[in-house]
Amino acid sequence: MSGFGQWAAMGGYAAFVWPAYGVAVAILSGITAQSWWRYRASRRGLDRLQGMSRGRL
Amino acid sequence: MISRLANPTRFMTASGAVLPVLAGATPLVLLVGLYLALIVAPPDYQQGESVRIMFVHVPAAIMAEGVYYFVALASFIALVWRHPLADIGAQAAAPLGAAFTLVCLITGSLWGRPMWGTWWAWDARLTSVLVLFFLYLGYIALANAFDDPSRGARAASVLALIGVVDLPIIKFSVNWWNTLHQPASILRAGGPTIDKSMLVPLIVMALGYALLFATLLLVRMRTALNERRARALQLATAPASPSAGASPVLR
Repeated sequence: MSGFGQWAAMGGYAAFVWPAYGVAVAILSGITAQSWWRYRASRRGLDRLQGMSRGRL
Repeated sequence: MISRLANPTRFMTASGAVLPVLAGATPLVLLVGLYLALIVAPPDYQQGESVRIMFVHVPAAIMAEGVYYFVALASFIALVWRHPLADIGAQAAAPLGAAFTLVCLITGSLWGRPMWGTWWAWDARLTSVLVLFFLYLGYIALANAFDDPSRGARAASVLALIGVVDLPIIKFSVNWWNTLHQPASILRAGGPTIDKSMLVPLIVMALGYALLFATLLLVRMRTALNERRARALQLATAPASPSAGASPVLR
């Protein structure tokens, strides 16, 4: 087995190690993306309202 | 300093300056942590390569508990001093705490299968962490369960304070009861029992998780403040613009 293959096999524990890292990355990336999209949406909404209220003055 | 920053306008200015630094440092520290965890750290003499799960599991467990302390403290400040940012901080942190707890539970299960021979056991440590996850979910549900957000925030704050009782149970469950889970080997009196070659990657990963929490906390608090400002602006302009209430962002 190649050096990379040996490392990826994780001494026979690959079926547990990689899913653990995958789950951690997926959950933490998911909450990061959700937080960021909501932040951008809130900024867009606020900018639009501020623009509307300035236009009315 | 904290009371000075508790002013929403000052908070927006200060967090706007800090956020780019945190957002830049977080992926860097996490990438270094992953390199140390997956490549540099040696396999354990008993657990072999499966010990690498520890580098994503233990920091998640530390954050799961740490974030709950933050939520409880912010809830206490909100209840006692009615600080304008305390509720916002607690409600911004709770979903992050729930995410860390979920990572802790799932990675723990994936580590438990090869080491204990089971995905799950109703052992004191595992069960008390599951209760912590439900406390987070209950807090989030309660905070959003009322038409009046201030009533929801107050009810959720009370739940957060009651839930604090679970934290010492999580910490000391491995000492008080006979559990499958190993006793504390890092945060213990007398110092860590873990070798430096594994402790360093663990500390770097924990720092990466903490930076991620700080970054997302600021992002979510700024989001909540933007939404509140937009709602206030919407109310102020409502008589002149009846269609403003249809905005999907502002509800």
